[in-house]
Amino acid sequence: MPLRYGSELAEHRAVREQAGLFDLSHMGQIEVTGPEAPTALDYALVGHLSAVPIGGARYTMLCDAAGGVLDDLVAYRLASHRYLLVVNAINTRVVYEAIRTRCADYAAWAADRTNERAIIAVQGPSAAPIVEALTGTGLTRLRYYTAALLDIDGRPAVVARTGYTGEDGFELLVHAEDAVRTWDAALVAGRRHGLTPTGLACRDTLRIEAGMPLYGAEIGRDVTPFDAGLGRVVSFVKPGDFVGRAALAEAHKSGVTRRLVGLVASGQRIPRAGQQVVTLTDDGHGADPVGLITSGAPSPTFKRPIAMASIRAGTGDSIRLAVQVRGTTEPVEIVPLPFYRRPR
Amino acid sequence: MNVPEHLKYSPNHEWVNDSVQPAEVGITAFAAEALGDVIYVELPEPGSQLTAGDVCGEVESTKSVAELYLPVSGEVVAVNEAVIADPGLIGADPYGKGWLLRVRLAQVPSLMSPDEYRAFSDESR
Repeated sequence: MPLRYGSELAEHRAVREQAGLFDLSHMGQIEVTGPEAPTALDYALVGHLSAVPIGGARYTMLCDAAGGVLDDLVAYRLASHRYLLVVNAINTRVVYEAIRTRCADYAAWAADRTNERAIIAVQGPSAAPIVEALTGTGLTRLRYYTAALLDIDGRPAVVARTGYTGEDGFELLVHAEDAVRTWDAALVAGRRHGLTPTGLACRDTLRIEAGMPLYGAEIGRDVTPFDAGLGRVVSFVKPGDFVGRAALAEAHKSGVTRRLVGLVASGQRIPRAGQQVVTLTDDGHGADPVGLITSGAPSPTFKRPIAMASIRAGTGDSIRLAVQVRGTTEPVEIVPLPFYRRPR
Repeated sequence: MNVPEHLKYSPNHEWVNDSVQPAEVGITAFAAEALGDVIYVELPEPGSQLTAGDVCGEVESTKSVAELYLPVSGEVVAVNEAVIADPGLIGADPYGKGWLLRVRLAQVPSLMSPDEYRAFSDESR
């Protein structure tokens, strides 16, 4: 996946206004099958995977025993005893090894399908008519976070209504040998809907506007799901133990020490990951450090610098904050996440 | 790649037109392409006396920030206000409307010729 095919701003706009085409084939795909696959995944992941209906998708996380996040992923239940986990490319090995180890005592088996599979995503308000043309199927009944096995050009594809852009959209999970023809067929089907090839740069600005976390930025091994404001993914009601349960229950009980907030800058300089967030004095100087920027970008939609930051939990919304951007103190305002919500 | 013949070039991918006085300075098409869509430009105050190699501003795009190194020594006599208002000009027309600074040169700059810069930027790819 390239950073961009042309202008990343034009690509961002295409996804918000019409549709963008992403090649996500780098993402890891791990299949978990077997009679005990549902209970094995209840044990291996923090979500209640056995409760996901067939054809359903669930955003979930793989945590370590200390409650730190090893990866965030989307699990698709393709059949009663078959799941597909789509994971961050950089973590594919970690997830595969962890799932394999955690399935050892179950009749469930993990297989790394990354090299045999590809993912082509169509994202944007025009995605539905494009994928309907591509599959020859009405998709009104394919709701958000569900998936169906359909044909594209006579070849099998998992068509999932999922994405990472804040827009309606689909991810087409196909065999690797069908990737190029799927991409080309999508471009043909999307021609009259303004479908544009879109790269990683706009994928990042789209997901930041949508307030979606990125592994390595908002979440990571030193962060629990609660610290990142994603405690909802942890299911304490599911039956049985799961890896990280004790530590996560403790984190949940004792309350968070950090919280993830959205920031909008008053100036033009863009807060970037790793920069310090400080309280702002009345005379415009930075004072006490309260946290760090996790992601920042110029928002193409709002034409302002936006950022997410992990700050001390006690920091109220009304406190005046600033970001230290390479030697200058740039005032910012806390705003609710997400920055962008698609019109419905 | 677009490397106009009438300009001189720095290893930091800036161009200098010293056939006019004051000399004009900008960033090359190669640099603009590498940066992507430029969102924000910071330029020095007119009147600043600067030495070649000084960091005199920054060019920020969606994914990155690049420091702007002054390729020549002298006094900055003007900055391109149009580029500050619309940084997209840098990508659209790096050698024309996307110019950044006008500098009254303290000396004749020692910079790369178009051929040298072409070879240099091919290696930087």
